[in-house]
Amino acid sequence: MAIDTSKVASSNSSAATPAKPSKAGAVATWADDRLGLATMAKKNLRKVFPDHWSFMLGEIALWSFVVLLLSGVFLTLWFTPSMSEVHYEGSYDQLRGIAMSEAMVSTLNISFDVRGGLLMRQMHHWAAMLFIASMMIHLLRVFFTGAHRKPRELNWVIGSLLLLLGTLEGFTGYSLPDDLLSGTGVRAADGFMKSIPVVGTYLSFFLFGGEFPGDAIIPRLYIIHVLLIPGLLLALIAAHMLLLVYHKHTQWPGPGRTEQNVVGFPMLPVYAAKAGGFFFIVFGVTALMGGLMQINPVWMYGPYDPSKVTAGSQPDWYMGWPDGALRIMPGWETHLWGDFTIAWNVFLPIIVLPGLMFTILMLLPFLESWITGDKRDHHLLQRPRNAPTRTALMVALMTFYGILWAAGGNDIIAIKLHMSINTITYWLRFLVFVGPVIAFLITRRWCISLQRHDNEKLLHGYETGIIMRSPEGGYSEKHLPISPARAYTLTARDRDEVYTVEGDVDENGIAAPASRKNALRARLSTLWFGDNVQKPTAEELEEAHHHAEHEHELQASLDGHAADGHQFDGHHSVDGETLRGGH
Amino acid sequence: MSGHDNLPVQVEEPIDNPGLPEHHWRPTDVDPKAEKRAERQVAALFGLSAVCAVLFVVAYFALEVGDNHDTVLGMGASNVALGASLGGALLLIGVGIIQWARKLMADVELTEQRHPAASSDEDRALTVAALQAGLEESGIARRPLVRNSLLGAVAILGAPAVVLLRDLGPTNAQVSDAETGAGLEHTVWKKGMRVVRDVVGTPIRPSDVEIGDLFNAEPAAIFETDENGQPLIEGVPLQVAKSKAAVVLIRMDPADNTPARGRENWSVDGILCYSKICTHVGCPISLNERKTHHLLCPCHQSTFDLADAGRVIFGPAARALPQLPIAVDSEGYIVAQSDFTEPVGPSFWERDS
Repeated sequence: MAIDTSKVASSNSSAATPAKPSKAGAVATWADDRLGLATMAKKNLRKVFPDHWSFMLGEIALWSFVVLLLSGVFLTLWFTPSMSEVHYEGSYDQLRGIAMSEAMVSTLNISFDVRGGLLMRQMHHWAAMLFIASMMIHLLRVFFTGAHRKPRELNWVIGSLLLLLGTLEGFTGYSLPDDLLSGTGVRAADGFMKSIPVVGTYLSFFLFGGEFPGDAIIPRLYIIHVLLIPGLLLALIAAHMLLLVYHKHTQWPGPGRTEQNVVGFPMLPVYAAKAGGFFFIVFGVTALMGGLMQINPVWMYGPYDPSKVTAGSQPDWYMGWPDGALRIMPGWETHLWGDFTIAWNVFLPIIVLPGLMFTILMLLPFLESWITGDKRDHHLLQRPRNAPTRTALMVALMTFYGILWAAGGNDIIAIKLHMSINTITYWLRFLVFVGPVIAFLITRRWCISLQRHDNEKLLHGYETGIIMRSPEGGYSEKHLPISPARAYTLTARDRDEVYTVEGDVDENGIAAPASRKNALRARLSTLWFGDNVQKPTAEELEEAHHHAEHEHELQASLDGHAADGHQFDGHHSVDGETLRGGH
Repeated sequence: MSGHDNLPVQVEEPIDNPGLPEHHWRPTDVDPKAEKRAERQVAALFGLSAVCAVLFVVAYFALEVGDNHDTVLGMGASNVALGASLGGALLLIGVGIIQWARKLMADVELTEQRHPAASSDEDRALTVAALQAGLEESGIARRPLVRNSLLGAVAILGAPAVVLLRDLGPTNAQVSDAETGAGLEHTVWKKGMRVVRDVVGTPIRPSDVEIGDLFNAEPAAIFETDENGQPLIEGVPLQVAKSKAAVVLIRMDPADNTPARGRENWSVDGILCYSKICTHVGCPISLNERKTHHLLCPCHQSTFDLADAGRVIFGPAARALPQLPIAVDSEGYIVAQSDFTEPVGPSFWERDS
């Protein structure tokens, strides 16, 4: 697009000034002679990224991970991952002289005797929460807008793995100080492992280096936390970003935006500046949180003692949902032949359920594309309302998550609301099955109504708020057409096609072998698309506009009689018109 | 119809794409004054950031850590000052850069064409050809003996990898020892071992325990010392012992208690002794409801009825709390009659009761 820059200031001129030979140029030449970077950079320096606030959510996750790396490296300089028993002799008098592990002692030293140590500890913990929270919200954004569809399914899987690894990273991290709260968490994790049939006790004894608690778990969790999982996270984040660059970012539909193009600002300078500036903002917010908001004050809990516990023990919030499942699970246990025990009450909610949920999460794009039969590439995002069943499915999953999360705090709810913990638990057992179904039905209907509303706007215009009175005395609201850009944006979406099994027969008219599978697929496709409202066709729009014109002509006879204010209806010249007032 | 899999990419549009909207100039593009103002704003933000960074250094050296750890917001003044100044320094740089990008950098949207993620058919064919040529030259298909022996050798490499992990820890069977109380089936409790108060380690007479009282107690073994006053059990063995042997003593009106069969003489004057380790996932249980003799685990709210052999009356636990049979020794102190008769703590596969 050619833009006349003659009359404007320098900010928007992109005319390149011929480069004079310079020192920087010489360095660049030296490097390119050896690395050949110009070939790659020529395309990518001005790579276009579309702009929307929701594209920033993943960025929060990325930058909080960088904050985690930086603050984490600082903490490793003082933290001692050892369970050797020593007596604390540091600045915090309430614990002085008490026996505890070196891990706990070094955590207290970081908190009280290293300047900036507490700040870095708290920033590290807050950044971890931001990391996981922003990954979750980013995941929801991607799914609700259909950005997980072809060709981005694998990036969805990578993202899900990042969420899983991030959660494990969080658990291993908050277990390291070896305080009473984290020790209780590790104790429970030992119980989880022991519930696994056949191999449970072996896993527990191998991980703990013998009987719980032993003296191996902290050093082992430490190396998992600072090397193994961060290495995997780094590799997967790199893959996530490379695929993002390769696929080019999705964009919202709108004037000039199509499946074939990407419209936005160039990487250099605008995106580099915005993303770089945003890194400083995320870092700065984390620093403010670390400085002003207390988190995980381990000195108040004291060192771990397997015979002690605090009331209201809670894991970090992202571990809350499996913990909730654990709390509302009935106490089922099977004894086999009097020799073996299967602890369903632990194994199902804490080992099987999270594994199952993450598997479902990773399979969602593949399930959807199988049901819809849609094998096309998609680069334009969808509004959540335009995929009612998908939106409803995710809201159902969110409801399931939310109810389990509430169950993870059933004791807190009971105390704060003065309710019976038993009643809350029985209700949650019921709601965890019924709630998602209700949420699914409501969301789906809601989306479909919103689709109808969009069609109303396209066909009959928007509600102006101007009330017309007819000569007969009836009242109606005046509708005016929406702008062409808005109308185009509303129609820039696919027409859904319900999959049918018709034609799935071979040349002799015998049903194709996979027809039972196809029948299921047809039923699911009907559920997925069947009730959706399709955008109007060109003819329908034409007819509606004719109708509106006609209406308008009928109303034209009333011109000059319009009630005060109604003259501004967009169909008349209003030059020199004013509100008549006087009433 | 297989044609469904290949829907046209081009979507039928009832309204023609009106094309990119017209670009609008910003005040900073057309008004040199506005441009100068924005420039000054950005520079001021960067300047303020530098001030914050200096304040950080000042706070680092000026404010003590250690003693005054809760003077401001429950945290030390140092922490609050360092966090606020670092946060300010970083935020102001970020805000400044973004202000620069929004007001002064070009705001013309560009359009780039997308390319299919897939390689071209030609590239695919060339890749397949190259792969086939390479595989052909390697002879991997023609020499099954070589191929299969290599696959076998690589597969068997898994064995050293797995075996190497064997010494991560001993198994339960290897550590299990009734004498020392090691292993999942045993604790340090023994016949005649005194039940002593938690923390202080003093023995308990039945008369010390009032009706309705709940004592957190431990076996005397974990407080025993040698002739030099050094503890006999410390470090890891101490933690292991505590994680299984912690108990609660509760006294109730004998009329309230319904002992299980065979446990009629496990109590002393209405005093009962139960494992403190939850049978769910192993948290220490501590919340006693005095009137009902119910004991609640704070981790997942399993509730046990101590007047009914520790039966689970609510929550996710599946097994009753193990009971420790107690008696009184010749000096009148409460002692264990034996170790627990079943494993304490969370269930595990090999558990046979």
